[in-house]
Amino acid sequence: MIAVRSEAVLRFGIVALLVAAVEMLCRLHIIPVDVMIAPSQMAAELIKILVSGEYSADIISSIANVLISTALSVTLGFVAGLIIYSAPSLRAALEPLLASYYAVPTFIFYPVFISLFGVGSGAIVAIAVLLAIVSMITATLNGLDRIPRVLRKTGRIYRMSRIKMAVMIELPSAAPSLFTGVKLSVAYSFIGVIASEFILSGSGIGYAIAYAYNNFENRHMYALMLLIILLVTGVNALLNGIDRRLQSQRHR
Amino acid sequence: MHKFGGTALVILACVAIWQSLYVYVGDSALASPLQTVEKLSELLRNDDFWIHVSETGRAFVWAFAIAVLGGVSLGMALGLGRLAGNVAEPILVTLYSIPKVVLYPLILLCFGLGISAKVAFGVMHGLIPIALFSMNAIRQMKPVYRRTSQVLRLTSLQTALTVIVPAILPEITSGVRLGLSLTLLGVLIGEMFASQRGLGFLLTSAINLGQIDTIMAIALLLTVFAIACNTLMMMFERHLTHRQSR
Repeated sequence: MIAVRSEAVLRFGIVALLVAAVEMLCRLHIIPVDVMIAPSQMAAELIKILVSGEYSADIISSIANVLISTALSVTLGFVAGLIIYSAPSLRAALEPLLASYYAVPTFIFYPVFISLFGVGSGAIVAIAVLLAIVSMITATLNGLDRIPRVLRKTGRIYRMSRIKMAVMIELPSAAPSLFTGVKLSVAYSFIGVIASEFILSGSGIGYAIAYAYNNFENRHMYALMLLIILLVTGVNALLNGIDRRLQSQRHR
Repeated sequence: MHKFGGTALVILACVAIWQSLYVYVGDSALASPLQTVEKLSELLRNDDFWIHVSETGRAFVWAFAIAVLGGVSLGMALGLGRLAGNVAEPILVTLYSIPKVVLYPLILLCFGLGISAKVAFGVMHGLIPIALFSMNAIRQMKPVYRRTSQVLRLTSLQTALTVIVPAILPEITSGVRLGLSLTLLGVLIGEMFASQRGLGFLLTSAINLGQIDTIMAIALLLTVFAIACNTLMMMFERHLTHRQSR
């Protein structure tokens, strides 16, 4: 525990040192102002645009899209995982395809979704779900595979009904794996939503960054980049914390 | 053989869904499987198309080479030093889940419009998973390997090349497998956003012109390429694991 804490302190120190180095390079104009503004200026700018509410609509629409696509991919992925798990022959047929799935650059289908759903949230959510769902399916299959046989046998000895067995034995036992799937789904949803907005869309943080870049509004662009990095890091840290608690429960 | 039959059936089902979706939404929104294949063969006979392919290919090969070399060396350095690895892993995982596309303007400002920006962007996508996989592989390597190399007084370069790399080759291969597709994705996204040549540029201009058959033909070409590379590397991986377990 002490080791973990001192590593965290060290990590924080390294990141702080890097940020300070960039800050210095910018302040000394070794990195020109038109390439990058100093981190402190980014933070100040970020607070300014958050207070002024200039980008509030974009920020809200991006976060809403991330939430919707996470919810969709987690539920659909879980259900699909259950179906595939209960049909071994289907699973054998699908497994080679699932293994190659992430080799396909999903974003190239974004134009197709635009022509199907139009420019708007529909296409963005679709691409994010497409990116996220397979990691949830794989995590569900993993979790169900790893339920120790003795647990199911115990359930049978207690003559549990099928539903009771699922709720009291199978779900808790698969929970750590399922949570890994949720974590990945959140990360992929973020990537899918922001990148789609960036490439072709009329709203959202990704669009705002592309717009600021095209109009040489460096200050806004860097402030929004900082916002995304902070957002993703925060969400990641939160999910990792929960994950660690789940994993340690399993080892007890 | 039975297994491949099942997979073929699933692929056939996908094509059938594609066809029925086409019938449902019509010509303007989607191209049928047949039209897509026809368009692709037409593109493949076109010389201009090959200029774009070779442009993307060149950027991809550079990016992939840098990502593999950099990723494996970084992963080995972090895997051998326990503290360095523990400190760096969460940072790498966070970097991995950041939507890197928003950092593309920064890359463009640093590298300018051109092939180097695309290469840098591809490396950004592909390097981290390769580093993470190599690092975890070294941590799970049997300690006796490193002790043996110490007993034989191998230099660190000799240890790396004759002991560690062969021991973790299967894991490196799975990292490289993931890194390959992400590098390709990075290069393509780079081309979609700011470029005058390459497959990504073709995709963007096809979007703007509403040429749905071109979009789908390129998507099909890239999908087939990615899956072919992936399958080859998976076969290589299986071969290695077999050899090790003997």
